[in-house]
Amino acid sequence: MSATYTVHKSADAVQGTRGFVEIRNVHKTYGTNHVLRGIDLAINPGEVVAILGPSGSGKSTLLRTINHLEKLDAGTIRVDAELMGYKVRGNRLHELREHEVLRQRTHVGMVFQNFNLFPHLTALANITEAPIHAQKRTKAEATAQALALLERVGLSEKADAYPRQLSGGQQQRVAIARALALNPKVVLFDEPTSALDPELVGEVLDVIRSLANEGTTLIIVTHEMGFARDVADRVVFVDGGNIIEQGTPTEIFGSPQHRRTKEFLSKVIEPAFHL
Amino acid sequence: MGAATPTTEVDEVNQTRNSEVSINGEPGLDDSLQEAAEAAEAAEPVKQNEPEYLKYGIVPARHPGRWLGTVVVGLVMAAILYSLFTNPRWEWNVVAQWFTAESVLRGLGETLKLTVICGVLGFVLGFVLALMRLSSSPLFSSVSWTFSWIFRSTPLLVQLLLWYNLGYLYEKISLGIPFTSVTFLEVSTTTLISQFAAAVLGLTLNQAAYSAEIIRGGILSVDQGQLEAAAALGIPPWRRSTRIVLPQAMRAILPTAFNEVIGLVKGTSIVYVLAYGELFYTVQVIYSRTQQVLPLLLVATCWYIVITSVLSIAQYYIERHYSKGAVRTLPDTPWQKLRRFFTIRTKNPIGTR
Repeated sequence: MSATYTVHKSADAVQGTRGFVEIRNVHKTYGTNHVLRGIDLAINPGEVVAILGPSGSGKSTLLRTINHLEKLDAGTIRVDAELMGYKVRGNRLHELREHEVLRQRTHVGMVFQNFNLFPHLTALANITEAPIHAQKRTKAEATAQALALLERVGLSEKADAYPRQLSGGQQQRVAIARALALNPKVVLFDEPTSALDPELVGEVLDVIRSLANEGTTLIIVTHEMGFARDVADRVVFVDGGNIIEQGTPTEIFGSPQHRRTKEFLSKVIEPAFHL
Repeated sequence: MGAATPTTEVDEVNQTRNSEVSINGEPGLDDSLQEAAEAAEAAEPVKQNEPEYLKYGIVPARHPGRWLGTVVVGLVMAAILYSLFTNPRWEWNVVAQWFTAESVLRGLGETLKLTVICGVLGFVLGFVLALMRLSSSPLFSSVSWTFSWIFRSTPLLVQLLLWYNLGYLYEKISLGIPFTSVTFLEVSTTTLISQFAAAVLGLTLNQAAYSAEIIRGGILSVDQGQLEAAAALGIPPWRRSTRIVLPQAMRAILPTAFNEVIGLVKGTSIVYVLAYGELFYTVQVIYSRTQQVLPLLLVATCWYIVITSVLSIAQYYIERHYSKGAVRTLPDTPWQKLRRFFTIRTKNPIGTR
């Protein structure tokens, strides 16, 4: 760990607000594969950021470093006042113990491509597990909140259903409710619709869209270009472990500046869809 | 029916069939079919030359081989049962006389005691060994590997005799701080290792080596995404193992684990080499006195069958419990099937499909 962390004035300015994410000079390697090569990105509270890029560009890895599912090789990630995975003591960054990392993770919700619901627990138990056992809330409180969340994602009747009894779209909506149950400051979406049949994509995107309107910070890795253009405040294009270009959806989709962004967009957007 | 069949032939076949149906006294069916056909024609008059087989009923395939096999197996079973109950040399009266004898029941109690103690301790130790083997510490995983290697390589008989004769190798066993002269406790080995202790040690350690592999296999069968999701939700490690991973691993663990436990029930008979009074040793002692070798072996066998049956029923229900969520709907238990069978018979004599 060579990078040192200094508190910036901008950090003080946003303290008290929820869901500020600051990624600074993040590097990650798997063996000889340098997946992230110095990512810098600041995300404002309530902002909705879509991360695009070709497969293998490091976008999923970047997302997974934010809640410390992947350890960093260099750089820091801060969510509000907390450094993810580290503690500043003296002029050193000390790695946190596992229970401290687990506590930090409860501030960052995550939704996976393959849902990863617990198949042996009902939809309700899936949602209440973490509030009860990670946040030590009472069962009654967690259950009430879980039922409210299920209603919000339109699955009130499915509280007692097991994941295998639900369609892919319904499972992903339960997974979103499970992530929200921790009242996270930030929610990370790792290709949330990639494993779904085309006709089920819409119901999941509708739920995410409703979150975006409520002011939770959302970071979404996605291949749904139309959705990114529609919902995101900012689009970040990642390739080869670097941020190549970022801007508003209109800027990125309308007039991409970088050659690689243009190439990527021309491949993923069908001709009929061009702006 | 081939696609090239001329339409006229099809018509003929159809007419024959219709007349047959009418003769069979089911004009209603025929009428409704025709009505349906007419209605379809009225709705879409273009479909006049549709193939006739669309109206045909289905005759289920016959399985003459299966019937033949059933008859043969049934005959063999009947012959075996007949000889079992009619050949006087089985001496069923002697079996009945000893089946509930006090000494036999005491032996049975010892067998059950050994099974429960060694089964529980063996699987607990096996769970620890499985976690050690999966640990990222090279020392833990190699110690666990070595344990399984040693105990799976040596015959159980040798292990039991070795434990029983431990006093020959180490006269005294002492508890203290290693590499110093401090000792808290010192006992002579022969006092400490009784027949029972040797039996428990041998069976438990042997069982642990096998169950460690079974449990490890079960844990490995759980999708990595489950651990990741639990970690992302901040669920503490112990809860993650016991509430998320283990219940899912159980589905893979249970069938083999019950195999092991049932094996252990009969495996305990090997401790007769230590002259330990469990079921098998007890019947041996009895028949060496009364010379009724086969009937007494049959007594032990019948008890083993009873225990295995109880365990098999327990296995069914425990496996069913852990299949919650893994199948869309749980299948009926045999009891539920039986009840449904009789409910339908009494309430609805025609039966429902």
